[in-house]
Parts: sequence; structure tokens; C-alpha cells
Amino acid sequence: MLLELKSRLQVESCEEYLSRLYEKIEKSELYGFTTLAKESALEQAKQFDKNHGKGILAGVPIAIKECISTNGIETNCSSKILRGYIPPYDAHVIEQLKAEGAIIMGKTNMDEFAMGSSTETSCFGPTKNPWDRSCVPGGSSGGSAAVVAGGEAPCALGSDTGGSVRCPASFCGIVGLKPTYGLVSRYGLVAYANSLEQIGPLTHTVEDTALLMQVIAGHDERDSTSARGQDCSYLSGLQNGVAGLKIGIPKEYFGEGVNKDVEKAVWEAIHKLESLGASWQEVSLPHTRYALAAYYVIAMSEASSNLARFDGLRYGLREGEDKDWHTTFSAIRAKGFGPEVKRRIILGTYALSAGYYGRYYLKALQVRTLIKEDFLRAFKQVDILASPTMPIPAFRIGERINDPLSLYMADVFTVPINLAGVPAVSVPCGFSGRLPIGLQLMGPHFGEATVLRTAAAFEAATPFHEAVPEVI
Amino acid sequence: MEDVIIGLEIHVQLNRLQSKMFCGCSTAYHDSPPNSHTCPVCLGLPGSLPVINRKAVEYGIKVGLALSCKIEEETFFYRKNYYYPDLPKGFQISQYDFPLATNGHIRILGDDGIERNIRINRAHMEEDPGRLVHAGTIDKAKYTMVDYNRCGMPLLEVVTEPDLTSPKEARAFLDKLKSILEYLDVFDGSLEGSMRVDANISLKGGDRTEVKNISGFKGVEKALSYEITRQKNLKRRSIKVVQETRHFDEIRNVTVSIRSKVGAHDYRYFPEADLAVLRIASWVPEIRATLPELPDAKRERFVVKYLMKDDHAKSLTSEIKLANFYEAVVKASNLPEKSTVWIADVLKGELNYRDLSIESFQVEHMVDILQMLVKGEITEDGAVQIIRALLDKKGKDPKEIVKSLGLGKAEDDAVQKAVLEAVKENAAAVADYRAGSDRALNFIVGTVMKKTRGKADAGEVHRLVKQEVEKA
Repeated sequence: MLLELKSRLQVESCEEYLSRLYEKIEKSELYGFTTLAKESALEQAKQFDKNHGKGILAGVPIAIKECISTNGIETNCSSKILRGYIPPYDAHVIEQLKAEGAIIMGKTNMDEFAMGSSTETSCFGPTKNPWDRSCVPGGSSGGSAAVVAGGEAPCALGSDTGGSVRCPASFCGIVGLKPTYGLVSRYGLVAYANSLEQIGPLTHTVEDTALLMQVIAGHDERDSTSARGQDCSYLSGLQNGVAGLKIGIPKEYFGEGVNKDVEKAVWEAIHKLESLGASWQEVSLPHTRYALAAYYVIAMSEASSNLARFDGLRYGLREGEDKDWHTTFSAIRAKGFGPEVKRRIILGTYALSAGYYGRYYLKALQVRTLIKEDFLRAFKQVDILASPTMPIPAFRIGERINDPLSLYMADVFTVPINLAGVPAVSVPCGFSGRLPIGLQLMGPHFGEATVLRTAAAFEAATPFHEAVPEVI
Repeated sequence: MEDVIIGLEIHVQLNRLQSKMFCGCSTAYHDSPPNSHTCPVCLGLPGSLPVINRKAVEYGIKVGLALSCKIEEETFFYRKNYYYPDLPKGFQISQYDFPLATNGHIRILGDDGIERNIRINRAHMEEDPGRLVHAGTIDKAKYTMVDYNRCGMPLLEVVTEPDLTSPKEARAFLDKLKSILEYLDVFDGSLEGSMRVDANISLKGGDRTEVKNISGFKGVEKALSYEITRQKNLKRRSIKVVQETRHFDEIRNVTVSIRSKVGAHDYRYFPEADLAVLRIASWVPEIRATLPELPDAKRERFVVKYLMKDDHAKSLTSEIKLANFYEAVVKASNLPEKSTVWIADVLKGELNYRDLSIESFQVEHMVDILQMLVKGEITEDGAVQIIRALLDKKGKDPKEIVKSLGLGKAEDDAVQKAVLEAVKENAAAVADYRAGSDRALNFIVGTVMKKTRGKADAGEVHRLVKQEVEKA
């Protein structure tokens, strides 16, 4: 789609195309965008029309999640505490996009500080699922997924800490990739749980994801966890098919708790891949049941520290009369953070406290190692793993927001991937009623090429990515 | 004094580095406007990431080796979490388990006149916080300002075992530490705030107090003396010392209790996942090879090579610049013994008296003075006067000063003539001397000195006068 769009923009006016998108956004009831960079984007489009650039993404508009720093454009993580914060610098991925000629359209809604899987914890209110506006788009990158699925942006970037790209991709019927930890620089990504998260694309097709990955992946010396020497030419070899590919089916990812429609669609997808020349076998990831607990302990602990900087002193919310330091910053944080963020900060603070550190944080790190070993062992037997992305299709807005535990449970198949640091993509593989279902394909560390090649083969043999929500 | 127990924690800015601990900002901020040496990283802006300054770690290892520490195989960083306005991330990147260096020692001269080792528990690296600035005094300022220029400066914290027994020993320890750091060329002690000390003090059998943030060596001696007296007075009145943190008030020269709201601090240390583990063991051989001759070794060499007393060697090697000055003078003059006496005893005393450093005196000037002395062109008294004149900027070089102050040694004929005259003019004094009064002889010598305007050598004059008087 993006390559097609690029050639269209060589003959049609980019400015007109972009104007049509903004018109649609302004009338939209999805509430996917939060901050628009209309003026600068249209100006850039005008320049593009005059003088077509050479970049890989020349003239291609892109939506960016609220937690990725954009120079001169508000970056608020959908939190009241960061309203009005305009970064003086671009995230690494934004620099890369700009260098390749992409046009930053604006910022998209998310769960506050990426804490959630429904985009309902945003200070702006929930984004709606384009397939059914009474449903959530998933989260936390719900805004990015909804604007792509809803035809308001041709592609978007999200971030994935425990499934935050894959979950909304699954719920909105599009492609979303969580890259290997270290493949995409986190410089400029506002941290929620820094040892787990990666920035990833949300697109209509696997090819588009591969294209965006070619732009955003690669070494960055400003991120000490950034990998060196990776071949990031994901477009080449994308069409090589799955003949001889060995797929592992982790038995712990099926059965109890998985919606019947979801299970059926995923098995059909596996059989489709089989018909394309792949083989499958059952494998075991025995420590899966400890993943959620370990994930939440680690994520909340890191969050309690990562979010400590938001004290209203240098940027963001500053309200009321300044009293002494402790009173003032406490008041600002009390007012600026929503309930889910507070819950995670408090739990994380508790888990890191003297006397509990060993019982919770260290234990969680040990579990993390076991989970990583599960994956390493599995990838000795098979090339790739397949499972549902989410155990359920999109749920209704308001349905789970007051039951955090059931919300956390929905992340059961996505969080182990972040704990292990391996890559995983969600591709559309069917519907439950009118709600999309996502197939999750997981690869070994830096196995993006295999993951994307498998997803591309599946996509080419199925019609799901062509489905368009009725609202459009 | 034997019942006093002191341990020190010394924060040393590795201010000879060009850039800060985790970003590229310059360390030369001392004369710059507030907040002008900052970037997204040291300001802790959302999304920014730290990158270890490898050179800073090398400097840290260098210090560790010079303090005879064991260098760990691997070292890594932790987050130390607490809220304070000078700490823009809400945590300080520091070390905890596996610090850079452990188990070292520094040799000092104890109060009992015997040299002994003061054990170093550990040396670890961390980033300096910013600085709070008050308009006027803390009590009267309406608001506090923060200057983040210092934020992110590379700090080495050196922690001793409680091996010191008096403020004087603490001072000797700090002098020695400073000397070693300057020998290593990692530290410039002349910059404000470059070394800050926390001291733990107790009387044997009693609880200890911690006096925080003492700056300056004199400050340490004063703070410790006050605190020891305070604790002894309490003991005398049978009042228990409260284990607490105290602040040293430099203006009133007292320590005061800092009432903290919470009991013990819980810094919730946990590993900093944004930074990689450093396998430093392999760096050690190369760094060890760059270690210069350290004060103790230089002192021993001076005794052997220049045949000087140990006291002189200790004095001359106390500062690297002084030691280098000495060796340069010896090299140019080939007068080691004279150099020793004139530099260690005379010049150093004159410098201390004026609170000047050795950089205020030129090697060539010292060489000229010594050569004139040896050739008998000036008297010892004249040499002292030349040194004083140079330090007081009353002349540009020794030769000129000799002329302007008329310090050229009087010709023997002139002295002889003055002696004859003086004996003739003071018949009464001659008679007194012959009657047994030594003071009378001194009177005649004084007359000769007056006649020669101090250019004559007093010892020589004494000899000549005595000869003349006894002859008659």
C-alpha cells in the first residue's frame, strides 16, 4: 500500500491527499488523533509537490503515538501531567522518518503512559474501534491502530511494552510488529518500562511494516541497548514463501480462556501456512503461566522509577500555588496522573522497597530468564511460533476498565514476548462477528526477516487485510 | 583522642574529563550562566537515555588502582530513587552491588607519629545532581532556583572504613587523597565544589552521627572537631548520642540536626537497564600501564636519588606540581641538596604564608637564585629577599631584583674597610668585649652591616670583627 501510495504521489498532489486526510480526521468520531501537526505537515506536502524528494518514504504521511518525542509537537503520553510539554528534540525514529521524507501528521491517543490495553486510561478519553465504535481499539497504541484501520493515516508508529502494538493491531485488523529488543532505538521514546519496550510500526500490510522497519531499525549510539550490525533490508526476501518452514504451536497459548472464534481462526491460519509448504508441531513454553505476574512486577517497578521525573518543575502540569517542594510536587502528581498510572507507581514502588525487592523484583527477573530460555529452547526445534495475539476480540468500552485484573489477563500471550525480547507480529486472520482477529507470529532474536516473510506469505494467501470497516 | 571513630565518604568530581558522565555536555561550566551546559540527557527530559562516558570509567579504574583497590570483573549501574528538585530524573544513576573498585587503602601519618594504612571500603561512580541556588540566604530567599549545569558531572565516591581517629588524621587522609588524584591528573581541586565530604563520627561504644556535605578541607576539620566536642559533652552529661544526619553550618561552625520526615531513606536501588554491564577486568592492564609514579613511590625515590631527609621528600612530593618543580630545578642547576633546602624549607614556607601555589614561581628564577648563592654573588638573606620580592611581584627576575634592592654581596675589601672603621669608631665597645661582653661584639658587627647596607655576609663579618678586636 505505501509503495503504491508513493507512486500515486508522484503524479497526484500530496497536499490535496493530505488535506483530504485532515478533513476526514476533523470529522472523525474515532478520536484516534490527539495532537495534529496540520500546518507543518501541509507545508511539507506543498514542498514535496514542488520538488519530489528521494527518500524511501518521500511524501508519505505518518501518525505517531503520543509517547514518541517530536521536536516542536506536543508529546504528552495522553497524560494530564505532560499536557503542554513540547520536546526540544526528535526521537531517533522521527529523525529517521524525516530523513526519508515522511510527513509527521500528528500524535495519536494511547493509554496514559502506555499503561493499558484499551486506550481507555487516556486523559483525552477512549479512542473507538473503527469496526465497532462501541468497542475499544485495543491498546496502548489504540490511537495509532484506529487511525490506520479507519483510513485516517496510511501508517503509524506505536510502542510495545507488553503487547501495545500487537493488541490494537489485532483488535483493529491491521499489521503490527514488536521488534527484537534493541533493534529500534528507544532514544526519544518516553519510558514506561524501559527493559521491555520497543517502537514498532502499525500498517495495512506486511510489506508496509517491512518498509517502515527498514527506515526505523538500526544502530543508534544514543541508546546503549541498541544492537549493532543488523541487516535491516526487510523488503528483500519478503516474498520467499514458507516452504520447509517449521512452525511451533505453543500448547500453553491455546485452550482455556481463549475465545472459540479466535482459536478457530488461528488454527485455520496455521493450516493455511501448512498448505503453503510449512509444517507445524506442538511445542511447550512451560513457564508461560508465570509470565503475567513477572511482567507486571517488572513493568510497574520500572514505571515507578521512570515516572519519577514528572514533578511539574521543568515542564508539564504546574497548577495552584507553589508551597514547599514536597507539598508542591505531591500535589502536581496527585492531580496529573490518572488512577491506573497511580496504581502501577504505587505497586512498583512497593515491589522495589527494602525487604520486598528480593521477593518480587528479583524473583520476577529470575522468571524472566526462565521465559527467555523457554523461547530459546523452542527455537532450537522450530523456526517460528504461532498463536493468537489476543485471547479475545475487542471488548466493549467500559466493560473491563473497572476490573484491572481481567484487563491484565488479556495480555497473557503478548507479554512473554517482551520478557524474552524476541520479535512478534500480529496479522489479521479472520473475524468474530464483525471484529477482527489477529494471528501472532513470533521469531527468535533478530528473526524479523523470518517473521515478516511468514506473515507476508499468509497475507498473500488470505483476504483479511483487504477488509475495510464499514464506517469508512 | 583514642576513643574517636571516624569514617569518610568523599565525593570527588572527575573534573579533568571533557564531558559529563552520561552525555556530551562540557564539564567546563564553572564560569557559565546557569543551565547553559545542559541537554535532553542531563536535564532528564522524557525519552532521553544515558550513555556511559567510557573515559570516566577509565579514570575511576585509574583511581581504584592508585588506591590499591581490587577492580571488579564486571561493573554496572543502579538507579538510586529519591525526589529532590536538583535531581531531574527523580533518580540518580549510581552504583550499588559490584562497584568499580573495592578493598584498597591509603597510607597516612597517624597522630601517634607512625604511618599506617586507612582502609578504603569501595570506590563507585555516579552522576552529580544539579545545584540549588538561593537569592540571598536560605532563610530569607522567597524562592529557590535550580542550576543544572553541574547535573551529570562524573563523580567518584570513595568510602573509607572507620579507621580515622581524629580530625587531624581525617585532614591528612584528604590531603593524601587529593594528592593522589592530582598525580593521576583526573582531578582539579581548585574548582569550587570539586570535593565534598560526608563524615560518620562516633565515640567508642556510642551511636554515630553522619555530618553531610562538608566542603573544603578546613571545613572537615572544623565540622569533625565540633561534632566530637558535642558528643563528648553529651557523654559527660550521660546523654545518649542520637543516631542521625547532621548538617555542617560553615558560618557558625556548628553541626545541626536535619529533621527528616521519613525515618530511614529507602532508595529502592535497582539495576539501570538503559546501560550495559561493563566487563572492566580486561581494561585493567592497559590502564595500569598508564599509572604515573605515585606520591609514596616518588617520596622513596627522592630520598634515595637526591639523598634528602624523608621529611623533605614527603614535603616535596605532597603535590605533583611541587615535585615536578623540584626535579626541574635540580635538572637545570645540578644542585640537588641546595634545591631541597631552598624549595622545601624556604620557598614552600613563603608560598604557604601567601596562600600561593608553586605555579606562582618560575623554575628559572629558582635556578638563578641557587646559582648566585653558590657563586657567592648574594647572601642567604639576599636570596630570601629575592624570593619574597618575586612572590610579591616587586620585580621581574632575580638579577633585576639584586640590582634594584642592592643585594649584591659586598666586595671583601669594602667589608674589611668597614670592619677597621667600626673597630676604630667604637673603642668603648672594644673595651667592653675585652672585659668579657659578647653583646659588645655584636654591636660592632651591627655597625659593619649598617655600613655595608646588609650586603656583607653576617657570619663572615662576625669572624673578621672578632679577629680584628682580638688582634689589637
